[in-house]
Amino acid sequence: MPLRFADARRRRATAARLLAGGLGGYALAQLLPVALVVPWGLARADAVLVAMQLSFMVYAAALMAAFAARSARRACAGMALALLASAALAWAAL
Amino acid sequence: MGEVHTWAGVLFGWLLYFMFVTGTAGYLDTEIDRWMRPELPVAQYPRPRADAAGKALDYLQAQAPAALRWSIQLPVDRNEPYLRVGWLPRAGGAAQSVWLDAQTGAPIAVRDTAGGQLLYQMHWRLHYLPPLAAEWLVAVASMALLLALLTGIVVHRRFFADFFTLRLGKGQRSWLDAHNLAAVASLPFQLMISYSGLVFVMFSFMPLIASAWYGAAPGAARAFYADLFAPMAAAAPSGQRAASADIAPLLADARQRWAGAEAALLEIAHPGDAQARVSVIGNFAAGAVRSAGILVYDGASGALLAERPAWQSAPRAARDLLLGLHEGLFGARLLRALYVFSGLLGCAMIATGMLLWSAKRRERAQRSPAGLSRGQALVERLHVAAILGLPIAIAAYFWANRLLPPGMAQRAQWELHLLFAVWLALFVHAALTPARRAWRQQARLAALAFGALPLLNAIATDRHLVHSLRAGDWVMGGFDLSALALGLAFALWAWRLQRRTP
Repeated sequence: MPLRFADARRRRATAARLLAGGLGGYALAQLLPVALVVPWGLARADAVLVAMQLSFMVYAAALMAAFAARSARRACAGMALALLASAALAWAAL
Repeated sequence: MGEVHTWAGVLFGWLLYFMFVTGTAGYLDTEIDRWMRPELPVAQYPRPRADAAGKALDYLQAQAPAALRWSIQLPVDRNEPYLRVGWLPRAGGAAQSVWLDAQTGAPIAVRDTAGGQLLYQMHWRLHYLPPLAAEWLVAVASMALLLALLTGIVVHRRFFADFFTLRLGKGQRSWLDAHNLAAVASLPFQLMISYSGLVFVMFSFMPLIASAWYGAAPGAARAFYADLFAPMAAAAPSGQRAASADIAPLLADARQRWAGAEAALLEIAHPGDAQARVSVIGNFAAGAVRSAGILVYDGASGALLAERPAWQSAPRAARDLLLGLHEGLFGARLLRALYVFSGLLGCAMIATGMLLWSAKRRERAQRSPAGLSRGQALVERLHVAAILGLPIAIAAYFWANRLLPPGMAQRAQWELHLLFAVWLALFVHAALTPARRAWRQQARLAALAFGALPLLNAIATDRHLVHSLRAGDWVMGGFDLSALALGLAFALWAWRLQRRTP
């Protein structure tokens, strides 16, 4: 049954993209804005407000990127890389 | 991308449609409020502030002298057309609210109703769900909408050419054209409404961002909110009675500090106490940026204790602007009409998207020997109740407002229960009826439910359409006329469905 095999593989790939975009993107949406906003030196409450308002742009872009990537593998690898880089940036800035 | 667009839409279509229909009704919330409280007179605003505030204080002093807090909503504009007072009883229990005649200060007896406010709040509270669960569900659905809009732009290659294309009566092709037309025509509104909707729920949806600055300890969130909404000159009651300062000089002082802008809301903490506090709050709907100045006075001496300007910082103003654009409270008539129209286009965009999905499945099924799967057939039927059943259920909510006995316990809650009970019944009806027949029957029912509302109003109250038009009561009359127009639109829909099926 080659058709069913291909079907299952496609489904797995879509699930991987959804995981990368949905969960990875959600994490990235809370990490990247923090990394970007910390250097501005805003008052605490204001910094949180700016980062939160930016977060949905990051989330939407991450979801789009996860489904636009050439393969599911690339989507996952790219998301992992973006997460690591933002975490390092946020940690360094804080 | 096309697949993401489809699934984001299909999975959240019903919820988003519910949010759009009730949210669009929210742009006419005070008008609906008024129709659901026909006891109220024609609103006259703005009234002289000091005069109305004095009447309200006299009433509160007589009726609730021992309350923990008083609030006085002054009649200022379309959003707050009436003088309304509220208080929090010292003995505990729910906050009380009474409408006052702004000229005489006499209370106006109104029926207990959930009104336009709860209908509008439904679009994020989802009524029966606990607040946090509702907020998360709404946040995920809004994110799905944003994603569907963005992927929709990507997959839609002939963006402007298709704008002028509408092929009617061609099945799947027509649904696609209608879907594109509704979405492209209102795209800026849809992007704004989904993004600003997310900003409304960002504290719950993106909590980790706050902990980057405030830490993850249990009380950290509270510290953030305390920075954001800092209490102003709060004090515990002293237990000693003291004469209250006159309200008129406070209102005059506020007007002077705000360069002529007037107060809209007064809040008095522990009234009559030596430590009473009077907060004079400006109009949040004065501009697109949803913020207002707040002045806190000593309730006994009348001295100014604390001040918060409308403008605090750019990040706060950015959030206030997004919230203000979402609510559209600042809009006058033409802008409000545009908001309603864009909201309706959003409803149409979601409904046609769902129908397009079903039409595609049906077309594909006709070419394959297996036919339509049971799940797909059921979804096709239930779309009828999701799309047409909801407006009928909202009409039932209006019928309940006129027909439930006036003294009934929990009357407002029962209006809401009836809305959802009728909707549920329509889902059952749709599940048991072939789709074509269900469309026809529910379209007829919708036509009847809305079209007969003015008649019901004429029988149940003395404020019928002719009376409203003669008296120049455009809010009451406008509701009746809108119901007639909706009834007519649904009747046209039913007639078209009738013609198509031999």
